[in-house]
Amino acid sequence: MKPEEPATTGADLLVKALIDEEVEVVFGYPGGAVLPIYDSLFKQNRLRHILVRHEQAAVHAAEGYARSTGKVGVVLVTSGPGATNAVTGLTDALMDSIPIVCLTGQVPTHLIGNDAFQEADTTGITRPCTKHNYLVKAVGDLARTIHEAFYVARSGRPGPVVVDLPKDVLMNKHDYSAPKKPVQHKSYRPQVKPELKKIEQAIELIANAKKPVFYTGGGVVNSGPRASKLLAQFVHMTGYPITNTLMGLGSFPASDKQFLGMLGMHGTYEANLAMYHCDVLINIGARFDDRITGKLSEFSPKSTKIHIDIDSSSINKNVRVDLPIVGDAGHALEDLIRVWKAKQPRTDHKALKAWWAEIDKWRARDCLAYKQGKETIKPQYALERLYHHIKDRDHYITTEVGQHQMWAAQFLKFEQPNRWMTSGGLGTMGYGLPAAMGVQIAHPESLVIDVAGEASILMNIQELSTVAQYRLPVKIFILNNQYMGMVRQWQELLHGGRYSESYMESLPDFVKLAEAFGAVGLRCDDPAKLDDTIKQMIEVNRPVVVDVLVDKTENCFPMIPSGAAHYDMLLGPDDRAQKPTSEEGMVLV
Amino acid sequence: MSGPEAASSHTISVLVDNEPGILARVVGLFSGRGYNIESLTVAQTDPKENLSRITIVTTGTPMIIEQIKAQLDRLVPVHRVRDLTVEGPHIERELALVKVKGSGEKRVEALRLADVFRAKVIDAKTDSFVFEVTGTSDKVQTFVGLMEGLGLVDVGRTGIVAMSRGSEAL
Repeated sequence: MKPEEPATTGADLLVKALIDEEVEVVFGYPGGAVLPIYDSLFKQNRLRHILVRHEQAAVHAAEGYARSTGKVGVVLVTSGPGATNAVTGLTDALMDSIPIVCLTGQVPTHLIGNDAFQEADTTGITRPCTKHNYLVKAVGDLARTIHEAFYVARSGRPGPVVVDLPKDVLMNKHDYSAPKKPVQHKSYRPQVKPELKKIEQAIELIANAKKPVFYTGGGVVNSGPRASKLLAQFVHMTGYPITNTLMGLGSFPASDKQFLGMLGMHGTYEANLAMYHCDVLINIGARFDDRITGKLSEFSPKSTKIHIDIDSSSINKNVRVDLPIVGDAGHALEDLIRVWKAKQPRTDHKALKAWWAEIDKWRARDCLAYKQGKETIKPQYALERLYHHIKDRDHYITTEVGQHQMWAAQFLKFEQPNRWMTSGGLGTMGYGLPAAMGVQIAHPESLVIDVAGEASILMNIQELSTVAQYRLPVKIFILNNQYMGMVRQWQELLHGGRYSESYMESLPDFVKLAEAFGAVGLRCDDPAKLDDTIKQMIEVNRPVVVDVLVDKTENCFPMIPSGAAHYDMLLGPDDRAQKPTSEEGMVLV
Repeated sequence: MSGPEAASSHTISVLVDNEPGILARVVGLFSGRGYNIESLTVAQTDPKENLSRITIVTTGTPMIIEQIKAQLDRLVPVHRVRDLTVEGPHIERELALVKVKGSGEKRVEALRLADVFRAKVIDAKTDSFVFEVTGTSDKVQTFVGLMEGLGLVDVGRTGIVAMSRGSEAL
């Protein structure tokens, strides 16, 4: 190890390592075990620390930061409860493949295993909910471990990495070593470049398709903005229809005429039927999640399936595919375009015309239609109006989890990647507000809106305090139906309308709540006044909580009931499933 | 059940960094995803590079086995994953220590059978033996079964270690 600087403490060395990793912001919460790090942070001005009000929010904020910038999000929490509070956020980041480095304090090495004050087996607890984790036992390993953690978090399929830091390691002295570039990990070598032979086979299948559909996901977003550009280029070259997963929204422009909307449980009629009837399915960076496939035995039964994924364990996990290709979405698209250009394949125009005609018939069903009356605001209407007012502004959207999230995915249109931050895999209520904080920190001049439900927002409402402290002008747009809407919807459809514990009885006055935290509170219950309220929300350059009182019993459609096939879609309140949900389906969530 | 979707037993060799928590990572992967472990052996095999070799015997359909291998392969400290069952001929061995208590005719018979199975006597008292037997799991099991009628009191088994035939390394 080559000494570059005079001997420094572990904590100072950590800060140096973070700066060398080009970290600008750390989201954290102090405590006994990490006091040396907070002392080091105090003595410098390169790293900005954002003090959250709960460690879960620190991770979600870092996720919002990471997803809107493509950089690694950094979290700093103390030992014991600090680390356990971060677990939900880490699991969320793992499920959605978000690059996070989470630094956790730990009791000094000689106390580990002693049930010391604020001790938890952090590496043990976080092993299944991180991509990788480390316990640093000697200060000499610290810098190398930090650099390795960043490499592991951002490369391959990204994910959260925990580095557990005993207090004595932070206080001992050692020389600093800068990161080695390029990083050569001794065992971890993700496959980024796809096999060319397989790309050629894919082109062959794609060119000869009669009823093709692209099905693309978060892998395209994670690959970087260039992958989204390449995706649009390739999809335009072929002229084929494309659908996005919840995680993939924005990777293909929503306004494009080849876009079928989102697919899956609350996806569009045309997207789901295209999946069912297609003859060639081109999956790029999506993982055949159960929200997408519905009943597995009836999932896209007639198609030849191509699956491009950077994680080989995502291939052939749920759905058997015909052509598996391991590689990064961006690299694969680059190769696909190159081979397509070289071969100049002739596609079957006649068959494709018929396929588009079929799709247009499904589109004509207008599956997202709803009826807005004069009395109450429909949640769909609220989002349509919101989109109308923000579409020409530089904006970012986060959501909580539930009906509002699905409506946001259906009614807000995403033209670019990295603009849509939602908890897809884990479905974490309470994600949206802290994520919006992270986005706003990264993009101080942009309009950042958390589309929320009144139940979800209460799960991390304490973060209004963080928002106030840093004067973050995030907008919290609550679709308030006084129910845990998605729970209520399932109880209506599957449990005989027995609304067990899904009614929110003593909701706070969100306007007063906002004011108590130093934010602006607005309320609207009149469809005629909605536009004015939204305009007001946008114009105030301060944090705003908007309590939009919406129709209490509106359900989110279309819906594929759990365990049903893509063609078994409920299109609206009058469209009951022909047969009651099977027992097999009831078991599914 | 038979055919391509039938569950079958696979012996998988995994080369890993010998670091704290690696075994927990591997075992946690199996329990967390609901896979079976029928046998597991682990020990450091390369002190210079600080590598350990884990041999796992597991059962599953071809799709599950493929998943297990992919999941193991994406663990950061894993260097290599090989499915010995599908990658050509390989040899499997297991070692057992078998303690038998008895006297008279039974004691003689135990010793005679041990000779047939090429088990070594590694401890002897006037009323007991400890045998060391090595072989396939099948052979070890057969030997232990025979000892049951002859005063078996204790068994320790290592689980399977395995290696491909021929000159190729893992």
